[in-house]
Amino acid sequence: MAIAAVNAPTVSAWKGRPRRQELAWGNPLVYFVALVFVALMIGPVAYIVIGGFRSNAQIAADPAAFPSPWQLDSYVRVLGNERFWVAFVNSVISALATTVGVVALGLMVSFVLARYRFRGSAALYALFAAGLMFPITVAITPLYILIRSLGLMDSLVGVILPQIAFGLPTTVIILVPFLRAIPDEIQEAAEIDGCGRMGFFFRMVLPLSMPGVITVGILAFIGAWNSYMLPLYVLNDQRSVTLPLAVQQLASGQFSTDTSLILAATSLAMLPALAFFSLFERRIVGGLTGAVKG
Amino acid sequence: MSASARENLTTSPADLSTGGGSAAALPPRPARRRRSRGGWKARAEILALSAPAVVVFVTFVILPVILAGYYGFFRWKGYGPPTEFIGLRNYVVIFEDPAFRSALTNNVKILVLSLVMQGPIAVAFALLLNKKMRGQSLIRVLIFVPYVISEAVAGIGWAMILSDRGAANGFLAKLGITGESWLANPSIALWTLMVILTWKYIGYATILFLAGLQGIPEELHEAASIDGASYWQTQRYIVLPLLGPTLRIWAFLSIIGSLQLFDIVYIIWGQYISGTAGVSTMATYMNSNGRLSGNFGYGSAVAVVMFLISLVIALVYQRFVLRRDTAGALTEGEG
Repeated sequence: MAIAAVNAPTVSAWKGRPRRQELAWGNPLVYFVALVFVALMIGPVAYIVIGGFRSNAQIAADPAAFPSPWQLDSYVRVLGNERFWVAFVNSVISALATTVGVVALGLMVSFVLARYRFRGSAALYALFAAGLMFPITVAITPLYILIRSLGLMDSLVGVILPQIAFGLPTTVIILVPFLRAIPDEIQEAAEIDGCGRMGFFFRMVLPLSMPGVITVGILAFIGAWNSYMLPLYVLNDQRSVTLPLAVQQLASGQFSTDTSLILAATSLAMLPALAFFSLFERRIVGGLTGAVKG
Repeated sequence: MSASARENLTTSPADLSTGGGSAAALPPRPARRRRSRGGWKARAEILALSAPAVVVFVTFVILPVILAGYYGFFRWKGYGPPTEFIGLRNYVVIFEDPAFRSALTNNVKILVLSLVMQGPIAVAFALLLNKKMRGQSLIRVLIFVPYVISEAVAGIGWAMILSDRGAANGFLAKLGITGESWLANPSIALWTLMVILTWKYIGYATILFLAGLQGIPEELHEAASIDGASYWQTQRYIVLPLLGPTLRIWAFLSIIGSLQLFDIVYIIWGQYISGTAGVSTMATYMNSNGRLSGNFGYGSAVAVVMFLISLVIALVYQRFVLRRDTAGALTEGEG
C-alpha cells in the first residue's frame, strides 16, 4: 500500500504525461516564433552535419550552400581512419567508467547522507555541496601535477578518477533529496520483514531511486563524453586522446585545410552524446528540475 | 497508517527501557534515537559506504585546490618539490600584468552580458512555450541540443562558420553584404563570443525556466483569471515572482560559469589569438602563463585569484540574493 502510494507520484513525475492524451495544437504565432528559435539553435549543428557531405571543392566555391551532389567521401574517410576509432574507444571507456564510478560512489554516499543520522553528517553534505564552488578550471594546474606524480599521465585512469570526483557534488545534490523522500514507513516495513539496512538498500532504495540514478548517470556520461580541459592537460599521447581532443587536433593540425573532413569528423564526434540525450531527454529535463528545487 | 501506529513501530528497545510513555510524549525523538542507536554496525556501514566517495573527492577536488594555494607562493617549474619561496610576488605580478587585467575585464563583461542577453530571451521563450500543446516536447529537445554537444564540437563548428571565408560571410555575400572578420576584429570578437555563448547555453536556461514554470500550480492561473487579471498581469504579478528562485539559481550558475570560461575561447581563438582579439579570459591566461610556459607556481596563483573572485561573488550573492528564497516565494510578490 505504502509502496504503491510512493511509487505512483514518483514514476509519473519522471515519465511525464502519458502519450495517449491528445494535446491540442497551440497558437500558430507561437509555433512560428518557436520555429525561428529552433532554426537558430539547430542551424550550426546542421551546417556541420551537412557540410560533411560536401567536397572541399564545393565548400571553397560557395561556403554557404547545400551539397550538390551529396558525397559520402569525407564520412567514409573518417570512419576508415584508425585514429578516429582509437579516440572513439577511449571516449567510450572514459565516459562509461566515469558514469559507473559517479553513480556507484554517489549512490553510496547519498544513501548514508539521506538515511543515517550521525555526527558530521551535515558537514559531509556541506563538503560535497561546496564542491560546486570548485570547478575543474580552478584545480587544473595542481591536479595536473598530482596526476603526473601518481604516474597517470597519458592514461585514461588519470582522466576518469578526477571526472568521478568532480561529478560527485551534482550527483549527491540530486540523489540525497531523492533517497530522503522514500518514507520511513517503507524502511520500517522492510525491517519488520527481517530486512537489514543493506538489504533495504539493494531491494528497496535502488529500484525506487532508479529514475534519479538514471538522471545522474546521463549527466555524468554526457559530461565525460564532452570533457575537454582535463584530457587536454592529461592526455598528450596520440594513442590516449579522447574524441574532443582528436577532433580539435585534426582541425588545427596537418589536415586543417581539409574542411570537409573536419566537418565529418566533428559531426561523428557529437553523434553519441546526441543519441544518448534523445533517448533520455525526459529524464535529463526532469533531473534539472530536481537539481534546482531539491 | 495512523500516527500512533507509526510511533509504536519506531519505539525501539532503548526507548522502552526509559519507559514506553516517553515515546508518545516526544514524537520526534524516537525516530532520531532509533537511527543513532546502530552502534558499531551502523558506523561500519557509514564508513564503508561513504569512504570511497570521500577519498576520491578529497584527493582530486579538495587537495588540488589546497595545493594551488601552497604552490602559489613559489616560483616553480613543476619539477621536484617547490623550494623557491617568493611570498606574494606571484600575486603582485598577476595584478600588475595588463594581460591579466584585460582578461579579468573580459570575464566581467562576459558575466554581465550573459545575464542580460540570455535571461530575458530565455524567460520570454519559456513563457511562450508554457502551454500544453502539441510538439512542445520536440521543441524542448531541439533547443537543448547546443547544450548537449561538446564545447570542442561547438567551437570547431563556429570557427568554420565565422572564419573569413566561412559560411556566414558566404551567406552575407549572397545578400550583397560585405562580411566581417568576426573572430579576429577586436571590436567585434567579444560580441561574436557572446552570440556563441548565448547559442550554447540559452537552451539550458529555457528548459530550467520551463521546469520552474511548470511547477507553478494551475490553480493560481485560474484564481487570477477569476479575479479579472489579464494574461500580462498574471505573468507579471504571479508567474514571474514565483519563477524568482529558479531565476536566481540560474543567474548564480551563469555567473560562476562566466568566471571560469575556458573551453570555447581556447578552441576557437587558441592560446595566442585570444589576447589580440580581446576575448582572453582568466582561465586562458592561466593556461598560457601557467602550464604552457612551465610556470606552475604562477599558474597556481592565477587559479587562486580566480577561485577567490568566484568565492567572494558567490558568498555575496548567497548573502544578498539567494537569502530571499528562504523568506518564501509566495510572500515575495506582494512587496
